[in-house]
Amino acid sequence: MEQDWVWGLVGGLLIGLAGSVYLLANGRIMGASGIIGGLVDGSGRNTAKERLYFLFGVAVFPVFIIPLYKEVDTHLTENLWVVAIAGILVGVGTRFANGCTSGHGVCGISRLSLRGMVATVFYILAGGIMMIFARHFLGVI
Amino acid sequence: MRNLYSLIAGGLFGIGLTVSGMIDTTKVQGWLDVFGDWDPTLAFVMTGAIFPMMIAWRLTRGRKPLAGGEFPPAPSPVIGRNLVIGSTLFGMGWGLAGLCPGPSIAALSLNGFGGIVFVAAMTIGMLMAPVLKAQLDTALPNPA
Repeated sequence: MEQDWVWGLVGGLLIGLAGSVYLLANGRIMGASGIIGGLVDGSGRNTAKERLYFLFGVAVFPVFIIPLYKEVDTHLTENLWVVAIAGILVGVGTRFANGCTSGHGVCGISRLSLRGMVATVFYILAGGIMMIFARHFLGVI
Repeated sequence: MRNLYSLIAGGLFGIGLTVSGMIDTTKVQGWLDVFGDWDPTLAFVMTGAIFPMMIAWRLTRGRKPLAGGEFPPAPSPVIGRNLVIGSTLFGMGWGLAGLCPGPSIAALSLNGFGGIVFVAAMTIGMLMAPVLKAQLDTALPNPA
């Protein structure tokens, strides 16, 4: 669809606005893996409540706009092994790297953080190689 | 107020991920698949998101957060092995399923059982990370 890039830009601006609110109001970097990870391993116990409010917003607000679309399909693979292995890799990887697409990508690059830029180069390269290998060689996705 | 600001930011984030199409795994994988039918959307999303954030970072100068406290310290220039190993592992999972942590939460209402499996596996991975990190530091001390 030729309008996809327009919606991509609009959605991106909203994501950037979300990160700006989180930064300017709460003084924190909006990184999804860090917000989740702090709850999972207890390192964010002191800020557990605001983390939960954030995640509640992420999970629930889309429910209000999804009905505006004729059809929404996330095309998540039905191969649960692939889903589970991917989930573990994402969980381990983001905690090792201390960030993901939102923290290192959006929030890091926008302040010219070297760590954010290096992380982004590595996860894009690894993601591309893995994706192409799994699709074109293994045929699992 | 912190909780309200968090809810607003989370809501905007979730709506942004939905509107941009980033909850659709084919858009993420289509962007990574340079040998297939390449989808440029993700680049527009990233550009759109980084622009307001650049302004926000500039606005932090000489100010304090609205809800009190301090802004994050300047980014560390240290590129350790954990950053490289972690980003590589994260990228592998991201490419494999087309999901990263934000969209995995934003698409929970749409992804059915598979979406729950992903978030559960991600949680297990996050619990495994400190153990694996300690093992790596024992096996190969003095991280460069």
